[in-house]
Amino acid sequence: MNILWLQSAGCGGCTMSLLCAESPNVFDLFKSAGLEFLWHPSISEATGAEVRRLLTAIESGEQELDILCVEGSIAHGPRGTGRYQMLGGTGRSMLDWVQSLAPKAKHVVAVGTCATYGGVTSAGANPSDATGLQYDGRHSGAALGAGFRSQSGLPVINISGCPIHPDWVTETLLLLAEDALGPNDLDSYARPRFFADNLVHHACTKNEFYEYKASAEELSQMGCMMEHLGCIGTQAVGDCNIRLWNGEGSCTRAGYPCINCTAPEFEEPGHGFTETPKFAGIPVGLPTDMPKAWFMALASLSKRATPERVAKNAVADRTLVPPSVKARKDD
Amino acid sequence: MTDNTTLLVGPFNRVEGDLEIRLDIAEGAVTAAYANSPLFRGFETILQGKGPRDALTITPRICGICSVSQSIAAARALADLAGVTPSVQGEKVAQLLHMVENVSDHLMHFNLFFMPDFARPVYEARGWYDDVVSRFTAGAGSAIRRATEARAALMHITGLLGGKWPHTLAIQPGGVTRAPTTRDKVRMGADLAAFRSYLEEVVFGGPLEAFVGLGSIAALDNWEAGDAGLFLRVAQEIGLENSGVGKRRYLSFGAYPSQSGEVFKQGILAGGVAADLAPQDIVEELSHAWMLGPDMHPSMGQTMPDEDMREDAYSWCKAPRLNGQTYETGALARQAIDGHPLAVELAQKGSVRARVAGRLLELARTQIEMERLLAEIDPREPFMKHVKLPQNGTGVGLVEAARGALGHWIRVEGGQIASYQIIAPTTWNFSPRDSRGVPGPVEAALEGAPVGEGEETPISVQHIVRSFDPCMVCTVH
Repeated sequence: MNILWLQSAGCGGCTMSLLCAESPNVFDLFKSAGLEFLWHPSISEATGAEVRRLLTAIESGEQELDILCVEGSIAHGPRGTGRYQMLGGTGRSMLDWVQSLAPKAKHVVAVGTCATYGGVTSAGANPSDATGLQYDGRHSGAALGAGFRSQSGLPVINISGCPIHPDWVTETLLLLAEDALGPNDLDSYARPRFFADNLVHHACTKNEFYEYKASAEELSQMGCMMEHLGCIGTQAVGDCNIRLWNGEGSCTRAGYPCINCTAPEFEEPGHGFTETPKFAGIPVGLPTDMPKAWFMALASLSKRATPERVAKNAVADRTLVPPSVKARKDD
Repeated sequence: MTDNTTLLVGPFNRVEGDLEIRLDIAEGAVTAAYANSPLFRGFETILQGKGPRDALTITPRICGICSVSQSIAAARALADLAGVTPSVQGEKVAQLLHMVENVSDHLMHFNLFFMPDFARPVYEARGWYDDVVSRFTAGAGSAIRRATEARAALMHITGLLGGKWPHTLAIQPGGVTRAPTTRDKVRMGADLAAFRSYLEEVVFGGPLEAFVGLGSIAALDNWEAGDAGLFLRVAQEIGLENSGVGKRRYLSFGAYPSQSGEVFKQGILAGGVAADLAPQDIVEELSHAWMLGPDMHPSMGQTMPDEDMREDAYSWCKAPRLNGQTYETGALARQAIDGHPLAVELAQKGSVRARVAGRLLELARTQIEMERLLAEIDPREPFMKHVKLPQNGTGVGLVEAARGALGHWIRVEGGQIASYQIIAPTTWNFSPRDSRGVPGPVEAALEGAPVGEGEETPISVQHIVRSFDPCMVCTVH
């Protein structure tokens, strides 16, 4: 299958992350799966006039397009013209190009939270009037209408994340190449369920602290970051703590909170990214699917049951008290 | 090529972000160039009214290729606002994260962005062509695949210390969020050793210390090994030592600043004369940018896009000037200002070859610096100071990203960001004309570039533009 990759109003970081794919590298992986770039702005040789001819050929139907990947949000400003992002050399806005090319593609894939929902480009006053491809935050219908379906019959496939995990992209494309991604494989925000059916909380190394609500009070401390430091890993979708990033990394493992970057509107949490909003001293956000009364009851019980080891380590930047080791029976 | 034509070159790829260049051409050469940064997102406006700490989450997302640089500039601006210095050990970890990113960017530029142009059919008669095709064909060459793997493996250091790349939140005004253990240190030592092996076997074809020890262009000319040697051969044959010559005014904010000084010195170098940098003399001019308002120092600057995109402007990029003059920034500038003898000679040339060789030199030097830095990290010490930010005040963060000088200027009022201004490296290098009509550095370097009969996207222009390693997403931000 061929891929046309466009970079719209974003930072290019999803391509940079994609290039971190390992075992094998992204070039060998795509080659083995029969995936090839018609054009990618960071990778392909073609530039300038060569690219303009390719885009025109796709638009006219002369060149078939299997997968259109768009990275970055779509700028609609100023005043709905899209001229905050003109595609170099073409005299046309990226908004115009995307609206023209998307119906030609068998599949359309939005790569990263800018392209899916608007993301950080749409934060604050949203000066460029940015949206995602098919979503404007939580609302369906943006640069492409809510009813848009690519030629395969699927909506825009939303690989969110700021940035994406390289495997989320490579595996989605591998599934498309195998014709193995159907409507039921996408969640209610059109994210592939193979990563979106997990929570960042799953396999978080701070889970023992979470169990006892043994909380970090400042960044760099080891405790759970839900109570004070804005962590919403119990609500955020993603297998970040299962498959890990750049070797053995994840946000929570590096000591800072999950800010729910796979979700629409994560860029405007309504409070500081590293602060937990509270009502009467109780965090406002609850873990996904947890009834509030049970959460309150369990939290107060577990806090009282916190082992001294867990309590001490929670507010330290390294393990002060190791787990005790059981003596052998015959000692 | 017929006389007095105009060429519009774009989308200009294998740069970070999108770029459009308009060329006036006469008698087979470029007579004037106009660099348009065609994307405006408005990060400075996005930040207004937010809590200052949110800059640590938002500014890295200006750029997916120099995200850590943005992160460190923001952290330093906040530390300056609070009047504190970060924990000594936390600063070392932040520096290591920063070096890993800069080295990765240099590697990616050389292999993925710059070298593939020599695999174009226009060079098929050259003796080195088959070698370049096999090593650097875009998206497929053996060097490109190997470099991508080496970069991904090096980035394990970023995963371990920073959680992920890009867009880590690990770097804070008081230090870093994760205290590495002794085990982490030996793991990262293994990652660095593997990366050194790759550099010595593939990129340089010899010991890094030998390349770093080259003290002159004459000595560089004799380096034949590795992909560096292949580049030097190509450069010599097609005259890249005389191509894309700039104004030879260079600027560096000083790389990897810490309480014990910078690893690569701060300063300016103009016409071969070194001097101190006076950041107060920076002005962002708006005459040819689609921006409204007066020309200002960034501490007083504003970002008001001209929605009408007036006719006499042609880019969203402002035009930063130091004492009214254009300055080039990047690895060549950094190494020359630091006084490396080879870089000092290369800076006098100021050409395509000089920029790329400067980057290779820095790649080798930074590997050695990363090894030194890792050895200095002491897991027994604290890696974070807890910093309270004032309700009102100003702060500045000056760092060196892979592509050059990056500055953040913040003003906080009532606990909220009242102003946040950013000048990125490519804002300097790809700035449009100023109020005196003086072209920006890349525009000036393109004047005189040869344009062959029938060329729609002149190959000389591609080499010159890519030799700057532009990051267009940072440029306007």
